[in-house]
Amino acid sequence: MPRQLIAAYPKSSGRYDELFESSGRVRRHWRGFFDELLEARPEQMARRNTYVQQQIFENGITYNVYADSKGTERPWELDLLPFIIPHDEWRHIEAAITQRATLLNRILADVYGNQYLLREGLLPPALVHGHAGFLRPAHGIACPDGVHLHTYAADLARSPDGKWWVIADRTQAPSGAGYALENRLVISKAFPELFRDLRVQHLAGFFRTLQESLAHWAPKEAGSSEAPRIVLLTPGPFNETYFEHAYLARYLGFPLVEGHDLTVRNGCVWLKTLDGLQRVHVILRRLDDDFCDPLELRADSTLGVPGLAHAARAGNVLIANALGASLLESGALDGFLPSLCRRILGEPLAMPSVATWWCGEEEALEEALERLDHLVIKGAFPQLRFKSVFGADLDGAGRKKLEAAMRARPYNFVAQELVHLSQAPTWDRKHPRRLDARAVGLRVFAVATPNGYVVMPGGLTRVAGEADARVIAMQRGGASKDTWVQTQDPVSTISLLRREIQPQDIIRSGTNLSSRMVENLFWFGRYAERCDNAARLLRTALTRCIYDGNSEPDSEQAQQRTAVMTLCRAAGLLPKPDAPFSLQPSAEGDPSPLTEEDALLQALTDPEYLGGFASNLRQLIRVGSHLRERLSLDNWRTLNRLNQDLEAQQLVQSQEPDLGEALAFLDQAIMAMMTLAGFALDGMTRDQGWRFMSIGRRMERLQFGILALGQVVSDPAMRRGNLEWLLDLADSTITYRSRYMMRPQLLPVLDLLLLDDSNPRAITFQVQGLSDYFRRLSEQFGTGGQDLLDSFLERLRRIDLGAELKAPRGIDLPKLLTALRNTTYTLSDQISLRFFSHVAEQHTGSD
Amino acid sequence: MAPQRYRILHETEYNYGNLVQLSRQLLRLSPRVTSWQACLSHEIRVTPEPAEWSALDDFFGNPVVQFALQVPHRELLVEVESHVEVRSHAPKIAPEDSVTWEEARDWLLHTVGAAVLDPSQYLFASPHVPVTRELAAYARPSFPPERPMLAAILDLTRRINEDFEFDAEATEVSTPVTTVLEDRRGVCQDFAHLQIACLRSLGLAARYVSGYILTHPPEGQARMVGADASHAWISVYCPELGWVDLDPTNNLLADTQHITVAWGRDFSDVSPMRGVILGGSQHDLDVRVTVMPEDEVPVMTGPPRPSKPAP
Repeated sequence: MPRQLIAAYPKSSGRYDELFESSGRVRRHWRGFFDELLEARPEQMARRNTYVQQQIFENGITYNVYADSKGTERPWELDLLPFIIPHDEWRHIEAAITQRATLLNRILADVYGNQYLLREGLLPPALVHGHAGFLRPAHGIACPDGVHLHTYAADLARSPDGKWWVIADRTQAPSGAGYALENRLVISKAFPELFRDLRVQHLAGFFRTLQESLAHWAPKEAGSSEAPRIVLLTPGPFNETYFEHAYLARYLGFPLVEGHDLTVRNGCVWLKTLDGLQRVHVILRRLDDDFCDPLELRADSTLGVPGLAHAARAGNVLIANALGASLLESGALDGFLPSLCRRILGEPLAMPSVATWWCGEEEALEEALERLDHLVIKGAFPQLRFKSVFGADLDGAGRKKLEAAMRARPYNFVAQELVHLSQAPTWDRKHPRRLDARAVGLRVFAVATPNGYVVMPGGLTRVAGEADARVIAMQRGGASKDTWVQTQDPVSTISLLRREIQPQDIIRSGTNLSSRMVENLFWFGRYAERCDNAARLLRTALTRCIYDGNSEPDSEQAQQRTAVMTLCRAAGLLPKPDAPFSLQPSAEGDPSPLTEEDALLQALTDPEYLGGFASNLRQLIRVGSHLRERLSLDNWRTLNRLNQDLEAQQLVQSQEPDLGEALAFLDQAIMAMMTLAGFALDGMTRDQGWRFMSIGRRMERLQFGILALGQVVSDPAMRRGNLEWLLDLADSTITYRSRYMMRPQLLPVLDLLLLDDSNPRAITFQVQGLSDYFRRLSEQFGTGGQDLLDSFLERLRRIDLGAELKAPRGIDLPKLLTALRNTTYTLSDQISLRFFSHVAEQHTGSD
Repeated sequence: MAPQRYRILHETEYNYGNLVQLSRQLLRLSPRVTSWQACLSHEIRVTPEPAEWSALDDFFGNPVVQFALQVPHRELLVEVESHVEVRSHAPKIAPEDSVTWEEARDWLLHTVGAAVLDPSQYLFASPHVPVTRELAAYARPSFPPERPMLAAILDLTRRINEDFEFDAEATEVSTPVTTVLEDRRGVCQDFAHLQIACLRSLGLAARYVSGYILTHPPEGQARMVGADASHAWISVYCPELGWVDLDPTNNLLADTQHITVAWGRDFSDVSPMRGVILGGSQHDLDVRVTVMPEDEVPVMTGPPRPSKPAP
């Protein structure tokens, strides 16, 4: 029933409606889709909607919001319905964007070259010298074929008469193409038949063009036939679009690097890897240009590469976009583009900017002040951080203040006509079948090629929070849509994966492994294991709280409980007896003394409780976020689910503490950790990176094992007691029962957990594994370490458990465990000095 | 005034608390060649030996050297020796004969094209130079309507010299001009930034000049090596006259006693030595500058004196 579907759809008044003609008829290019919406059963639509939400959640698509108090990551908002652009309309947009990119690139090349436009008075000096984006050290850096603007994006809006206008140009390091791609993968699967039948153009070709163009312009090394190394430079996980950086890096096959991964030596840029320094030919940057080189650009940048501008100047690295490209991000330029286009390209500007005046021109200032009610006033240059003001919103005093500011520094302001954004249908998620409408804007993308600019047949449609919004900002809670561009030609179905690979392109694992990546893998392994250890110990402890809580003081159960709690204290899951907050009721008769249960629940759920489960999980996710392009999506899904479950658990426990709930959650957590371990074991190639991760895991497990066994061996009461809890903790109950069919006793338990090299939780097993990994590292890097571990293996094998257990405090065993623990600390330090910080190599030489 | 010849020694020594693994440095320590200044000889020595070395002119035309060290080191010594000839270039007209300051301002505002290409770079706010109403207000008494430009800027130079106290302890490189304006104290760099900010706030073009000034040892004493320091002053664009150099710290038109090294929008464009190091932790910095007339022989006495703040 159409009536039901459009019952809540707002009638557009004074704005263009993307779905309906003014007569109320569905627009031609929307008919196929609209019919499907009419016919689809509510369950079907609900399923599609669920599918979309699930994909976003499981793929971990996020957008970082700086001001979000809930943490930096927010799930990406994607509407179920695409934005559809018919073929002929797209051809106009495509031509206009190609022209605009060409024009902007020419302007950029001129300003950073011979400055003809300034000399001739075609460009006011303020637009260059008053713009902090004009990077003087970048002046004169030659760009191959004069291309400065390798990637370009424009924000478009449609006015009530159906015309498209340019609202803003993105030239610094345009974001959004990756989100557009991700949107496509999700929505095209939600409507596979429609996607095919409506002849929607694919996006892969655009990204392939980007790869090929960058490779084409990469500096050539004499005598080298190797493919150029192209990296994607990111400011890091705290950037608002980091998800996209990682996603694009993986999709394009470029290593994702941060400034610290790169170094400039002898005028060239190098990637620091395990295998040594590797030449980098092209940097696709998502780092703002002024942060790129703390030596010549912003001195306070910790994200850049000292000497990068020098390497670019020497022609030894291609930076895309070129340093200084943000100069074009200024509304002040808009008013000059029509004349510049005629002058430079000899043709009229195909798609005008929304009427914009730079107030640096006297007439423009007067006109702007006169028509203030109909205008939005913006800062002319990004560095001014001036928040746009709608003239109509101002009261008398506000107006006076603005006018004074504009008169004092007119060149710092632009005035822009208000655009009444068009409205597009959106799917109302809270209703079984109902269309809503929201204001939309379209971001389109272009890439430079040796044959001119190519426009991505699609884009990122941005959706405002309301139907009549005046601005769309992802930072202010906007959403997005997939953008379907129709074609009359055959749909090109190339895929990035189908490119023919030559023998010299073959990549084996181990190359391009950055030092920073390896360090993160090492810590990912350690934190994963720490989470596992914490979860298992908490589960064992909370179980004892439930089942042994009321047992007789001297009973076996009570002794076991005491033993577990002692270990919890040693492992940091319970406060030490001398900790500031005591488990005993305080002298003043504190009404609610913190019980062991309370403390354990806190260690489980409170991320501020250092060493607890929640804090370790937070660290694991943090380290993992640096490894997005390296870990499979399954890892992410697992971690995301676990984190969601933890949040639910935090809520439950904060309202009404419940041990049963906690135990159920711990079961899930342990399963999740085993899943992660499974991925590591079964899903990752055995390169050196994997080896570092495994070393991290083994070291952590070894230290935890030493802690538990050391405690038992040195405590006479524990030695005598029932050791069910220990087997439980070490996940070895089944094995023990199948072997001995009797109550756990010290000798067989120790044999199983200490010496049995077939038990993946035994001490010997860890040492053996570590020794193997160190041997493999040594083969490549000559670093050693395995001999030391082998000597411990030998000592472990010689241990006479019978004799050890007869002596009340053991003979060699406690000392051996302590020495082994200290050795793992030393080895961990050595790894970190030798492979991660590089500083150490020098120290090793001079020590 | 007759041309003057100088020999300049400029030594910069870093002592680091920890080993520095990698170091990349940018030097602007080579005197500019200008229509009034010739560089007769110039030499830079760096210890330890750099692995990389390149020299070029920056956007403003200042000679720059970039070098990199890849050997671990605890000390870095940069010794620069220059031999320079400076001819008189202060304006020869009477201050009252210059165009009015409003004419200069309007010319900068309304002229387009090649003629304003150079001065228009120096009209806007820059990292150390804000453009505010408060700064314009401070400058205003020197700029009554229709006052000749040169007379106005000389008056502003005099007022800054009188209103502000030289105080090496009061400010650091990062102290904002607005604080200097409030506290009325600082060093040459602060006064230069302040005056530039005043002039730009009025719509005039002014740039920052770094270099050296000849000092005079106390009566009856010989010149000491390392007793001098880097100096900073400003340059203002006057239509018909071109760039006019003024020294607010010493309240005079800069002429043959000022040796120009580099100019830019403010200190951030011309800092004599700027670097990024890996390792090192905290460091001690010692700068020793000697400026002497060509024919004078300095007295070398004992260990070098500790560096003095810029005048």
